[in-house]
Amino acid sequence: MASYKKEKGVVWDWLTTVDHKKLGIMYLIAGTLFFLKAGLMAVFMRIQLIMPDNTFLSGQTFNEFITMHGTIMLFLAATPLLFAFMNFVIPLQIGARDVAFPFVNALGFWIFLSGGLLLSTSWFFGGGPDAGWTAYVPLSLNENQLGLDFYVLGLQVSGIGTLISAINFLVTIINMRAPGMTMMRLPLFVWTSFVTSTLILFAFTPLAAGLALLMLERIFDAQFFNPAAGGNVVIWQHIFWIFGHPEVYILVLPAFGIISEVIPAFSRKRLFGYTAMVFATMIIAFLGFMVWAHHMFTVGIGPVANSIFAIATMTIAVPTGIKIFNWLFTMWGGKITFNTAMLFASSFVPTFVLGGVTGVMLAMAPVDYLYHDTYFVVAHFHYIIVGGIVLALFAGLFYWYPKMFNHKLNEKLGVIFFILFTIGFHMTFFVQHFLGLMGMPRRVYTYLGGQGLDEFNMISTIGTFFMSAAVIVLVINIVYSAIKGERVIGVNDPWDARTLEWATPTPVPEYNFAQTPQVRSLDPLFYEKVHGDGTMKPAEPVDDIHMPNGSILPVVISIGLYFLGFGLIMLEMENPMLSPWIVVALGGLLTFGGMALRSLNDDHGYHIPKSVVKADLKKQGGGK
Amino acid sequence: MAGTVDTTKGLPSHPERATLEGKNKFLGFWFFLGGETIMFATFFGTYLGLRNGIGDGPSSSELFTLPLVFLMTMILLTSSMTSVFAMFAMKKNKFKQMMAWMIVTVVLGMVFLGLEIYEFQHYVHDYEFGFTTSAFSSAFYTLVGLHGAHVLFGLGWITLLIVRNIRSGITLTNAPKFYVASLYWHFIDVVWVFIFTVVYLMGAGGY
Repeated sequence: MASYKKEKGVVWDWLTTVDHKKLGIMYLIAGTLFFLKAGLMAVFMRIQLIMPDNTFLSGQTFNEFITMHGTIMLFLAATPLLFAFMNFVIPLQIGARDVAFPFVNALGFWIFLSGGLLLSTSWFFGGGPDAGWTAYVPLSLNENQLGLDFYVLGLQVSGIGTLISAINFLVTIINMRAPGMTMMRLPLFVWTSFVTSTLILFAFTPLAAGLALLMLERIFDAQFFNPAAGGNVVIWQHIFWIFGHPEVYILVLPAFGIISEVIPAFSRKRLFGYTAMVFATMIIAFLGFMVWAHHMFTVGIGPVANSIFAIATMTIAVPTGIKIFNWLFTMWGGKITFNTAMLFASSFVPTFVLGGVTGVMLAMAPVDYLYHDTYFVVAHFHYIIVGGIVLALFAGLFYWYPKMFNHKLNEKLGVIFFILFTIGFHMTFFVQHFLGLMGMPRRVYTYLGGQGLDEFNMISTIGTFFMSAAVIVLVINIVYSAIKGERVIGVNDPWDARTLEWATPTPVPEYNFAQTPQVRSLDPLFYEKVHGDGTMKPAEPVDDIHMPNGSILPVVISIGLYFLGFGLIMLEMENPMLSPWIVVALGGLLTFGGMALRSLNDDHGYHIPKSVVKADLKKQGGGK
Repeated sequence: MAGTVDTTKGLPSHPERATLEGKNKFLGFWFFLGGETIMFATFFGTYLGLRNGIGDGPSSSELFTLPLVFLMTMILLTSSMTSVFAMFAMKKNKFKQMMAWMIVTVVLGMVFLGLEIYEFQHYVHDYEFGFTTSAFSSAFYTLVGLHGAHVLFGLGWITLLIVRNIRSGITLTNAPKFYVASLYWHFIDVVWVFIFTVVYLMGAGGY
C-alpha cells in the first residue's frame, strides 16, 4: 500500500481522512456505540416492565429513555450502520476509486456525529427529551424540558449530515461507475442505496423544515402550534410523518439490498428476478411517500382520507411480496452454505414477513382504532426494524467483515450469537402482539397486576436478556477475531462471491482499483470466473492515480454546528454561564469560516505515481 | 483520464461540464436543489395551512401593498437575467464580461434584500405585525424570511467567488463554481415567483 502521504500520525490521519473506506469504518464504530447505548436503555425499560407496579425507573426517566431509545436507534444507530456499509461497499461495487465528493462525505460523517453528541449532551442538562421520538406537539412544547431543545437541534444538525451524504451517494452512483457497469447491472445493494438516498433527499428535508418550526416555536416563541393565536397542532403530525414513513423505507431498503447480496452469494445462484427486484424497490419507495397518514387514522382526518391511505398502505405489500418470493426462489435449488451471514439473511425472510403481515392488519383503518397506541404497534415495528433491518445489518457485518478488517469473524461464536439473538428477539416481541390485543397501551411506565398482562411482560423482559447475551457474544467475537481470527490478507475473495468488491486486493489499497475494471455482465466477478480467467479485465492502462487530499475542515465545521446548536439551546437556559449569543457567534464563525476557507483554497489533490501502483500490483500478484 | 482536458486550443464550449469534477458538481447541485424544493414546499404548505390563523393580528389583505412587492419581483427577475448573461459570457470565454454581469447580479440582489428589510420593518412598526403576533405572522416571516436568508447566503457566496477569482480568468476549476452559483440564483428567483403568487397575490386579494 502506498503509505508515503502519512507522516502526521494515526489520530490526525483519521481526523482528516476523506477515504470512503475509513469513513465507513468510522460510521460502523460510531453507529455501534449508539446502538449499544440505545439497547441498554431498552433493557432498563424492560426491567421496569418485568412486573406490575415496579419502581425500578421513575416515570420521567422511563419517558426520557423511551424517547432517546427510539430517536437514537433510528437516527444515530440504524442509519449510520447502513451508511457504514454504503460508504465502504458502494464505490467498490461499482468499480470506482472514490466517491464523487470525498470532502462532503467526510463532512457528512462529522456533522452526523456532532448532531448525535449534541443530542446526548442533554443528559448533562436536566435529562433527555421526553415527548416520544415523534415529539408530538403540544407535548413537545413543554417549556420546562430542556431535553426537547436538544432533540430539536441535535436532530437538525445530524440531519444535515445525512442529507449531504445522500447527495454524495446519488452522484457517485450516477457518475462514477466503471465502464460497462450500466444501471441495470448495478448490484442490488447499490440500487437500494441509490433509491434510499433519493428518499433521504425528499424525506429529510420536510423533517428539517418541521424541526425548524418546532425550534422557532420553542426558542423564539412562534405561534404555529398555538390554537389561541390561530395555530394548528396537526400540522406537526403531517410534516413529521411525511418524513417518518419514508424513514422506514430509508432504513429497510438497504437492508433488502444486503439480503439480496448475501443470499445469492451463499446459495451459489444469481439473484432470481433481478429486474423485478429493481422495480419493486422503486415502487416501494414511491408508495412509501403516499401513506404517511396511516399513522394518523385516529387523528380525525375523515373516512375518505383514511380509506385512501389504508388502500395505499396495503398496496406496498405487493412489491414487498415480489421481493420475498424472489429471495425464496434464489435459495430454491441453490447450493446453500449456512454460515452466520446466511443464517441471518435466511431468518430475515420469515421474520420480515411476520412484521409485514401485522403491517397489513394495522393498515385497516377501522380496526386500527383498536390497535392504536397499544403494544401491538410496538410488536409490529420491532418485527420490521429488528427483524428486518438489524438482522440484515448482522448479515452484512459477517459478510463484509473480511473486506473491511482483513480477518473473518469467528463462525462458532457467530452461530451462538445467532441462536441467542433469534430466541431473544422472538421471545421479546412475539408476545407483545398479545399484550397489545389485550389492551396494554404503549409508552406507559407501569401497569396494574392481575389483568392478565403479568406473564407476557415477564417473558418479554427475559427475551431482552437473551438479546443482551447475544450482543455480548458478538462483542467477544469481535475482540477474539481481532486477535485470533482467520486472516484473509492476500485473499481477495474469501466467500467465492459474485460482485466487484471481492475483486479488490485485501487490504484494499487507498485507490481501490489499480486499473478501473471492465464490467461485462451482472455479477461481474462471477462472470469472469465462469467465462474468463477469474480476474477482472482492466479498462485502462496503469497510470498515475489522482486522489483527494485529507482535510481537517469537516471537523472544524461540525464543531461549529455543535456550538451553533448549543448556543441556541442556551437561550432557553436559566442563568447560562455566558451569553448564548457569544456561543452562537463562535459556532457561526467556525461553520461559515470553515466553508469560506474551503472555497477560497482550490484543493487539487495529489497523484499516486505510476511506479508505486505498478509495485503494488506486483506485490499482489504474489499474494493470490 | 477523466480529470484531464486539453485546454491548449482554448476552453471547451461547456467549461462547466468538461471535467468529471465539474459534472459531479453540476449533478450534485441539482439534487441539492431538489431537496431545497421539498423543504420550501413544506414551508409553503405550513403557510397555506396557517394563513387565515390571524389571531388578534392583522390579516394579509390589510398588510400587503402590491406596488412594492411588484418592484421587488422585477428587480429579482432582472438579476436572474443578468446571471444568465454572465453564463453566456462564460461560454464565449469572455471573462471580464462575465465578472461585470455577476457584479450587476449581486448589486440587484442587494437592492432586493434592502427592500425586503424595509418591508418587514414597515409591517412591524406600522401594523404591529411581529414574528410572534399570530400563527399567520410566524408562518409568513418563516417562509419569506427563509427566502431572504437564501438571498443573503447567495450574495455572500457569489461575492466570495468574484473576489477569489478576480484575476484567474475562466478555468475548468472555477467554471463549474460560477455555473452552480448562477443555478442557485435562478432557484431563489423561482421560489420568489411562488412566494409572490401564493403569499402576496392571494393574500392581497383576500383568498
